[in-house]
This record gives sequence, structure tokens and C-alpha cells, in this order.
Amino acid sequence: MSTQSFRHTSGGRIDRTQTLRFTFDGKAYTGVAGDTLASALLANGVKLVGRSFKYHRPRGIVSAGVEEPTGLVTLRSGGRREPNVPATMAELYEGLEARSQNAWPSLAFDMLAVNGLVKPLLAAGFYYKTFMGPFQKSWMWYEPVIRRAAGLGVAASERDPDRYEKINAFADVLVVGGGPAGLAAALAAGRTGARVTLAEQMPSLGGALLNEPAGGAPDNWISSVVAELRALPNVIILTRTTVFGAYDGGTFGLVERVADHKIEPDAGEPRQRYIVLRAGQAVIAAGAIERPIPFGNNDRPGVMLASAARAYLNRFAVLPGRKIVLFTNNDGAYATAFDLKAAGAAVTVIDARVDGGAIASQAAQQAIEVIVGHAVVETHGSPLVQGVALSPYDIATGQCDNGFRRLACDLVAVSGGYDPQVHLATQRGPKAVWDAKRACFVPGVAPDIQSQAGACKGSFATADCIREGFAAGAAAAQKAGATGKPGELRVPDALTANDGSATFVPAWDVIPPKGLREKKRFIDLQNDVSVSDVKLAHLEGYVSVEHLKRYTTLGMATEQGKLSNVIALAQMAKLRGIDIPQVGTTGFRSPYTSVSLAAIAGHETDMHLRPVRRTPFHRWNEQQACVFIDAGLWKRPWFYPRSGEDVNLAYRRETRQVRETVGMVDVSTLGKIDVQGPDAAEFLNRVYVNGWKSLEVGKARYGLMLRDDGYVLDDGTTSRLSEHHYFLTTTTAEAAKVMSHLEWLLQTAWPDLRVHVTSVTDQWGGVALAGPNAKKLLADAIKDIDFSNETFPYMGVRQGHMGDIPVRVHRLSFSGELAYEVFCPAGFAEAMAEFLRDFGKRHSLILYGVEALGALRIEKGHIAGGEIDGRHTLEDLRMEKMASKAKPYVGSVLRIRPEMTSDDRPRLVGLKPVDKAARIKPGMILQPHNGPYKGHGLGHVSSTTYSPALGHSIALGFVIGGASMEGRIIDAVYPLKGDIVMVEVVPPHMFDPEGDRLHG
Amino acid sequence: MRINCPHCGPRDSAEYTYYGDASRVRPSLTDTGVEHWHAYVHERNNVKGPMQEFWHHLHGCRQWLVVTRNTATHEIGAVRFAKSPVSDTAGA
Ligand SMILES: [Zn+2]
Repeated sequence: MSTQSFRHTSGGRIDRTQTLRFTFDGKAYTGVAGDTLASALLANGVKLVGRSFKYHRPRGIVSAGVEEPTGLVTLRSGGRREPNVPATMAELYEGLEARSQNAWPSLAFDMLAVNGLVKPLLAAGFYYKTFMGPFQKSWMWYEPVIRRAAGLGVAASERDPDRYEKINAFADVLVVGGGPAGLAAALAAGRTGARVTLAEQMPSLGGALLNEPAGGAPDNWISSVVAELRALPNVIILTRTTVFGAYDGGTFGLVERVADHKIEPDAGEPRQRYIVLRAGQAVIAAGAIERPIPFGNNDRPGVMLASAARAYLNRFAVLPGRKIVLFTNNDGAYATAFDLKAAGAAVTVIDARVDGGAIASQAAQQAIEVIVGHAVVETHGSPLVQGVALSPYDIATGQCDNGFRRLACDLVAVSGGYDPQVHLATQRGPKAVWDAKRACFVPGVAPDIQSQAGACKGSFATADCIREGFAAGAAAAQKAGATGKPGELRVPDALTANDGSATFVPAWDVIPPKGLREKKRFIDLQNDVSVSDVKLAHLEGYVSVEHLKRYTTLGMATEQGKLSNVIALAQMAKLRGIDIPQVGTTGFRSPYTSVSLAAIAGHETDMHLRPVRRTPFHRWNEQQACVFIDAGLWKRPWFYPRSGEDVNLAYRRETRQVRETVGMVDVSTLGKIDVQGPDAAEFLNRVYVNGWKSLEVGKARYGLMLRDDGYVLDDGTTSRLSEHHYFLTTTTAEAAKVMSHLEWLLQTAWPDLRVHVTSVTDQWGGVALAGPNAKKLLADAIKDIDFSNETFPYMGVRQGHMGDIPVRVHRLSFSGELAYEVFCPAGFAEAMAEFLRDFGKRHSLILYGVEALGALRIEKGHIAGGEIDGRHTLEDLRMEKMASKAKPYVGSVLRIRPEMTSDDRPRLVGLKPVDKAARIKPGMILQPHNGPYKGHGLGHVSSTTYSPALGHSIALGFVIGGASMEGRIIDAVYPLKGDIVMVEVVPPHMFDPEGDRLHG
Repeated sequence: MRINCPHCGPRDSAEYTYYGDASRVRPSLTDTGVEHWHAYVHERNNVKGPMQEFWHHLHGCRQWLVVTRNTATHEIGAVRFAKSPVSDTAGA
């Protein structure tokens, strides 16, 4: 086991008493509590952690935060495997298991590093050209190779065993970021009594102050503020929580990594929690990210952001190097030099500015060599940095000149200034604006409920952050309606000194001097995009930032422009000879950092994904060994198999038996709407195409509804129970749509109609009893209804009792048989089913499911979902004669447009195979016999079944010509499978066309 | 996005369904002009800025609402019941 040879014996914000064991690429290491995987690797001297995306160049750890472009690892294994985790964000735990990515066969010896030798193959635009160019087919050849070579980690293929959770939360004030500005904002808002949520992505509060040496004034300030916040009952503090998106109406997306810092979640604990938070106001204090400077081979492990080097020292007591070159264009980065020097490292500062000013003098007093007016031109060493070349440098042009010299080192710490995190502000619309004085983008006009404070607004001095945060927190609370007073927050003197990073001179590029061959200067280390790629994009005519990104893959994947965006813009501006603001900037979209799909899904997986609707007969059906089928959200009885039967045997038997004796089918899924009021008849008369004013109490009628545009919306029967009371049924599929449609008409078009509609789908259970014995069975079961044809004719409706169960009996038929629908209050459904089954024994009652129901109705040519699909007119369904000419109704005007009634439209027909053994399949396209087969042909097959009554396959479909095609032979084709079935066009009513059976 | 239902209070947009422009005028049922109905059913302005829209509080009180929404910012303004022309307005 390796030792932590780069760990200091004192300092840092770690617990040395807790040693944690972990593995990286199978090798065992130790770290301590408080480490990240990155800090633990660096403590062990592990600097090479990955290979780059395209060229497989060795890559190390660049940052100490979310911006990490290269130190991406795959954590855990099996179903818990998670790729592309920044090692800088992975908290160490006992037993952590991590693997490097993009290396094959191993990290140290990567076969695919030869990509670097054949770089023209993978230069910018490679993907684009391969897809779009004359060699499109070559992608077939490249793809498997590229997939293996490129790409980030691999997602788990096993099931994730952990729970994820999704919650809704509310706050008067959301504070994003727990650095000095955010802490001050939360305190000000919290003191007013406002409900405050403070979200910090790191495990500890303090932000950039945690990069300061431990135990000093910054720590004292943090602990006093946090103590006061924790004492406020109206303040919720969420750590390990990233606010990844800002949405409409004050909605924010947060993800809390509840258990990612453990080997596995505790019992009952979710791994992550997705929080949808609605905030009255939001103070964004998201901080800033240090900007790199591109120089030759700046991707070599051992090149690190200056702030990260300081973080590793002061947070984790890890010395990231022993002989350090600090390359800076600003005062702020000198703090890193001072702390590293004090920790025992040898430090040389290369200051890109001509004059380092007072801070450079201060460094000199501490025996730190400062070389001003110079730049690091390139690094050398393999695979780790062993030294740099430096040259005199013109910061304005980026040009080096007058030769170079080399300097040995094991760490290059870089600071090119700071970029405010404008992500959440720009997500809401306003583009970031270029602040020429501070040489960075700052948020534009604060969008909607957001305000900004601190470094994310371009205020880099700690004291400014605290003051701005406090003011923003107080203002936000007041806007959110809080009335309490925020009081004062004094900034300790020790923190006011910490403002050295206020200004910097931008250093956009380091062009090597004559005599030094140009090396790759990477802008986006994650996606292997270098200065030369931007130049190539420019040469090929790309001027827009968005196109540049797509052409070069700049800022793709998890990088998302965090380190690369501003430098790329500056390069583009220089190439085009314009200013940065004229190039523009890309807007940012959520998420700010990667969010696992599991967290977004939360608990909505498997059966929790969508509700299951069960009919009131469901349990009873289960007891009858029913096999169910999903129909929308419903579980509908599909068939009731007897021993050895599959669906085909069962539904054919059920269908036959219905026509021989009697069958019972659960029809509870039909939409049921109670329509009541003095104007109910008028209302129905307007929504159905046929007339309703003459319908007597105790009678039912079949009706068709259209949409405003004249297409058929739905069909069903509606019965009149009393003068002002109707019971309307819809198809299962369209129930919800019809209900909304009726509400729409009543509330917007005809608010004067005195009618109420109420969905009672779930309140009534229903069965259909169909077959020659149906009447006898019901007459046995229901004593208070006279079932004789004279008193209870077809389309009659009666109310009575089956035993004590109140029932509504409708005499209507979907199967063409003598049939009734019997409805009862849902709570009586099981009892009614038992009742009917007992009475049914002597009448040879069988149970049938929707498969047989479909066969029965297709035999009769009755339309259902396949025919009522929102694309057909009354003429298409050959039902135009139903439409009243005496009254207007919804859709009556637009349905008679010439295109709607044209004979060129496919119309409903029956179809029989010429070869009786052939099977017509659903969705087949109907074409002229023997062709020519063209496009959509003559129409299509909409419903199919085997007809036990006819002894062969039958279908309903739509054919141009409709009835005039009857008797003709056409082809039903299934081009994907090469199937061709010769079919005869017949009338839709294929069984008992005279309807004799209906009357028993 | 949240819509302040005059009956239920502020609720997430996921509870509602959308039905487009509420400023168009539905022809009377007895109007047989194809052009009128065609215009009503098919013709829409692509508004940028405040727009009157129908929203149905489907998973709430099931009332159809007229909501003023800024299509550029998604800012929700006045909300009223569709069936009552101007009263019952929930706060902007
Ligand atoms: Zn409501």
C-alpha cells in the first residue's frame, strides 16, 4: 500500500485520525476523512489520472471543483457504477473504488495514444466531415473504432439498486452558493424571518474562504455565521446540493447528493434527491472559476489552476508539487505562491504583466523569485511535467520573443484571472455582458426574481462579496414580503485585506518565440480542442460561437465551457479582428453540472411511473384466472384461459360461446359521464351529430361526436334516466378527452346552458351480457324489471335491483347478439359479478375478454379505436346518414368542406382473405392487386381478428372508393416483412348483416 | 411555471393542459360560414409578449381558465374563469 508522501503533517481541513482505504485502477491507496478522491490521489503522488478524449494524451487533475475537465473517473461497480465523476467532487469513503477512463489497455501504456500521431484524422471537424462529407459510408467503418477510442466513461448496464427521491420545496429566498456572499445573503434574509434555503454544492460551507489556511480569521467568520444560521428555524441549509437549473416562475432544479459520499446509502436513504424548489426570490452567489492561460502542452499532468494548488494545500494539506512555477496575470494568484512557499515548496512566479507591482515586491521579500513580463511557453516531460520553457512576453498580442530558457519544476500553477459563474442568470434569458474593465463576462440585467452577489457578479474581493451578499439577502427577503430587520454584519478587518484578485490583465494566448516549435495549446482539455482547432474553424468560415462549438466539440460533455468558453471567444475575436462582445457569448442551459437521470426520475420507476387503473371487478377477475392487457392506464381483462389455452385458443372459444349461449365481459373502462340540468337535451343535441330532443326517458341512443374541425371525436351510447338526467358513455380511449371537450364547451362556448357534467367512470362498474341466453339470465337475476321484448325493447334502459344491488340495465349490443349492459355502483361490482355467475350456470355463461370483444365487433363491422383515430370523417366511417340536417352541431360546418367529403378519401370496408388460411395483419397497407404499389396506396387495415363465425381471418380497413370497391380483390401488404395477402373488399358487416340476432 | 387558479390558488403548470389563444371568438353555433369556422379553428397569431390563453385545470378544479401569459418570458399575469368574463380574477 502506498504512503501519502505528499501529505503535510499539519494544516488542512481533514481528519487524519480516520484513515480511509480506496482503490484506483485496482491499486490500493489510503486517504483520510475530508479528502476528495483527487486530493487523496495527489497525496499519494498520483498525478496521471486519465487519457484525453480524442488523442489519448495523459491527463491529470486541473482543478479542485466542479470545473474539473480531465480528472474524470468511473466510481463504484456493478449497478452502482457511475462514469464521468470529477475526482475533485468525489468525497473519499472507506472502500471507494475508482477507475480511470479512456485508457486501453492501461492508463500508463495506452495503445490509442497513437491518435496523437495521426492527429489530422481527428482534427476539428472530423466528426462533422465524416458524417456530412462524400465519405458518409466510411462512418460505418470508423464508428466502432471511434466509439472504443473516444467517448467518456461507460454507464452501468445492471440495474441501479439504490433509491432516488424527488420532492417539492418552497422558499421565500433561495440562496445559491455557500461562500462569503451566499452566507451573508442567507444570514440577512434569515434574520428577517423569511423562509430561506441555502444550497451549497460542496460538503462544507465557506466557498473560496476554505482555500485560505485553516484556523484563521476566515474560519472564525464562517463558523460564527453558520452557527447563527443553524440557530434560525426558518433557514434550511443544504450542502452537497447543486442548483443546476433556473426555470419559469421562480422554479429551480436542485440535486442533493445525499449518500454519494458513502459506500452505499443507509437503510431507507435515497442516494440522491431531486428537489423542485419554488422560490419567491433568489440570490445567486455562485462564485467564480479561475481562468487558465493556453500555452504549449498545457494539458500535461502537473499543470493546475493556481487556486486549486492552494486548495489542495489549505483544504487537504496536500503539497501538489515541490518545485513550483506559478504563471499569473494577476495579484490574487500570489497568495498561492506565498502559501506553497510557506509549506516548504520552491516557488518561481512568472508574471505575464510588465510590472508586478507591490505584490511582486512582497513576493521577493519572501524569497520567491518573480520574473515579470514573461510567459510559460510550454511544458516538457513525459508523462508528467518536468519543466517549462519561458520567454519574454507581450501580454497584449500574446507573442513571445527573444528566445526562451528552461526551468525545471514538477507543478505549473496557472491563473489567467477569474470568470464569474453567470450560468443561472443566463439560463433565464439575459445574455452575459462583457465587462471590459474586469475583462470578464458578468450577468446582464438580473432576470425575474434573481439577484446576484459576489464573485459571480465580478466582485472578487472577500469584503465586497460579504457586503453585496448581505445587501442582496436583505433586499430579496423584503421583496419576498418579509418584514423583519436584517441588522448589521461587520466584515472583520482580517478579511478586508483579501482583495488582491480585483484586477488582472487578460492573457488569451501564448504564441511561442521563433526557434521553439509550436506545441498544442489546449483550450478545452476535456474535448481536446486547441488553439489550432479554433483557427481551422475560422479558416473554414465559422464565425458564430455556436457553430464553432459544434465544429470543434468545444465545451461539450461535462466541460460545458466552464474553463474553455471565454478563451475560445477571445481567440475567435482576435481571428476575426473584432472585440469579444461582438463575437457574442453562448447562452447557458441547465444543467450547470451533470445530473443523473435516476435523480430526475426519482421514485417514478416501474409501477410508480404511471398510475394503474383497475376496474371494480379486477380482484374478482383475478380470481377467475383472467389474463389482463394494458389499455392506456387500465388493466383490462384480455382473456380467461382454460387449461392449455393460449390467447388465440381462448378468445376463439370465448367468441364462439357468446354467439351460442351467453358471455359476460367487464366494460367498466368505458368513460361514463353524468349529464344533468334543464338544458341537458339541448346540450347533447349540440355535441352529437344526431338528434337528441326526441329521446324519451328510459331510452338510449347511439351518438357520434365531431371536433370543431369536423373529424370524428368519439362515439358511444347515452341514455335518458329522467327528464333532466342523462348517462353518457364514451370509448375507453377517449374518455378523458371527451370530458374535457364537454367542459370546454359548457364553460367557454355556451356558459348560458344550465347543464353540469361529472365524470362517473370510476363510480360505476359495468358488464355486458351478450348471447342468445342473455335475456333469460337477466330475467332470473333481476326480479323487478320485465325483460319481455314488448316492455324492454332494444335501446331501452331500466333501473332495478339484482338482489339488493341497484342496477341500470341498458339493452344495447356491440357484439350483434341479444345483449345488455348492466351497471352498478362500483362498490357492488364484485357482488354483482358473483350473482351473475351463479345465475349464469344454468345458462352456460362464460367470461370473455377484450380480445373476444374485438372479434365480435369486427365481425359486425362496429367501429372502435382503430377506426376512431382522429383522422376520419363521418363519410370515411360511412355514417354520414346519422348526421342531422335539421340542426347545427359541433363540427357541422367544417365537416362538409370538399376535402372532407371527397370520394378520394379511403372509406370503411370489410376485408376477407382470398386464401382462407392467410392472416391479415394490423397496419397493413392496401394496394392495387399486383400493383403498382405506390406510397400510401388505397388505404390501410385498421382492425383485424380471426372470425370463428366465418372460419377465417377478417379485417376492417379504409379503402379509396369504399362501397364501390366491394367485390374487388386488392393486396394487403406489409413491406417491412415482405408480406402480401390478397383480400376481397366486402361490406363492413361481415356477420349477420340483417341484424336478426340482436332481437333474440 | 405556476398558474394562480382563481379556485385553487397557485399550482404547478403540470396540473394544467393548454388550449391556445383565448382571444379568438367562437362563431355562434348557428353560423354556417365556413370561413368563420375555418378562421376560428385554424388561424392563429404567433404572439410574442402577453397573450390570452386557455388553460384547463385538469388535475385540479377542472375549470377552464383564461390566463395572460407572456410568451417571451413565461410570466403569468391575470387569470380568470373562462365562463365568467371579467370577475373572479386572481392576482397578477
Ligand atoms: Zn383550479
